[in-house]
Amino acid sequence: MATDVFSAAATLTNEEILRYSRHLIMPEVAMEGQLKLKQAKVLLVGAGGLGAPLGLYLSAAGIGKIGIVDYDVVDFTNLQRQVIHGTNDVGRKKLDSAADRMSDINPNIEIVKHEVALTSENALEIIKDYDMVIDGTDNFPTRYLVNDACVLLGKPNVYGSIFRFEGQATVFATDNGPCYRCLYPEPPPPGLVPSCAEGGVLGILPGTIGVIQATEAVKLILGVGEPLIGRLLLYDALAMRFRELKLRRDPECPVCGANPTIKELIDYHQFCGVPREENEEAVTNWDIDPAEVKEKLDRGDRFVLLDVREPHELQICELPRFKSIPLGELPHRIHELDTADEIVTVCKVGMRSARALRFLQQSGFGKVRNMRGGTNLWAATVDPSMPKY
Amino acid sequence: MAKVLIPTPLRQYAGRNDSVEATGATVGEVLDSLTGQYSELRHHLYSDEGKLRSFVNVYVNDEDIRYLEKDSTPVTDDDTVSIVPSIAGGHRGY
Repeated sequence: MATDVFSAAATLTNEEILRYSRHLIMPEVAMEGQLKLKQAKVLLVGAGGLGAPLGLYLSAAGIGKIGIVDYDVVDFTNLQRQVIHGTNDVGRKKLDSAADRMSDINPNIEIVKHEVALTSENALEIIKDYDMVIDGTDNFPTRYLVNDACVLLGKPNVYGSIFRFEGQATVFATDNGPCYRCLYPEPPPPGLVPSCAEGGVLGILPGTIGVIQATEAVKLILGVGEPLIGRLLLYDALAMRFRELKLRRDPECPVCGANPTIKELIDYHQFCGVPREENEEAVTNWDIDPAEVKEKLDRGDRFVLLDVREPHELQICELPRFKSIPLGELPHRIHELDTADEIVTVCKVGMRSARALRFLQQSGFGKVRNMRGGTNLWAATVDPSMPKY
Repeated sequence: MAKVLIPTPLRQYAGRNDSVEATGATVGEVLDSLTGQYSELRHHLYSDEGKLRSFVNVYVNDEDIRYLEKDSTPVTDDDTVSIVPSIAGGHRGY
């Protein structure tokens, strides 16, 4: 963040002075700080739940250049929390939708759209032009990629993460602070931790955590206050309680330790054990289309339609003649099933049911198939009256 | 008895409790007592080799046990033991 205002020619226009007046009258920001913000270059990775409040507040604060990395489009299920996008934006690129909103909030700033997935091939090239990165991603491979790239380039990484009612935030800074690998040397194996699509997330939660990240970014740029470095902030929205844990630099960290073994970016999908074409290929042999399941039901075939969704999801929609055993209960309720029976597993999109299928196969069930695409594909192809979620 | 704070992703394996009282003079004993009460938690906290999983951190009050005495870190009745797993968030996730 080398923003030496005395050598830089940056100034504020009269419109900007009026716009930022509530900053300019505070000694902690003042003209010098506002010019630092104007000259700052910040990269947001992800324009989703965390990226939404980040984009809104950082553009309003007058960060001069904001890059956004995202290649997704706005979906109806995003609107519950991704407040930078509106109903009219559904189907648009998140980059375009976010950039339009941010330009409307503050036409004085430069917004750079990076319409790519961040990869080991492009991360260093993209990140090197920015002063810091704010991690608003939603998956482990990208989080480790962002971390390693930031450590290699010496850029601060403002971290936030969310699940259901709980969030984490900290600042990983390479000069004197720990990195993500110091906190968690390895990611969980796929399948052990549910995603937000399966676990859900309180819509307001990414707002709280994203705003904390935005606050820390602005503090780093201004060089004021006590940054969230070496401290892991935990937020529990249900208890409405913040806690703080000490975060130490691991001297043996493979990327930021004394003798690093990772000196260039690696294959993060492999590192996280995620096949690039996640799950789809792995279970193709055992897939059955919803239409085929419908035919079997209509013919009155003898089989068990095993719905592994949670009980509260059954209140949203139900398939005909199903048996309910939530995935987490399957190991101790497996005796309720008969290995002689034909079983079709089903969930919302086909991921949890694929896990149920693998578990049943490993437990000696030989006639198990997985309904491809779950109840959402059933709703799209068999019964349009059924809601998707 | 020490208080063990259970994080959201693991509450479903701990009777939906956000905290559980557990006995023990060390972190290892407290976690044994916890997984004795909720056997499903064991698989989520420990690998098959019995090692604490590397995406699960355990703190006594605000200190990471990796920088104390790991499983042997002493615990008193007044201490709070926190289990803090890695979360990625988002809709793609895993």
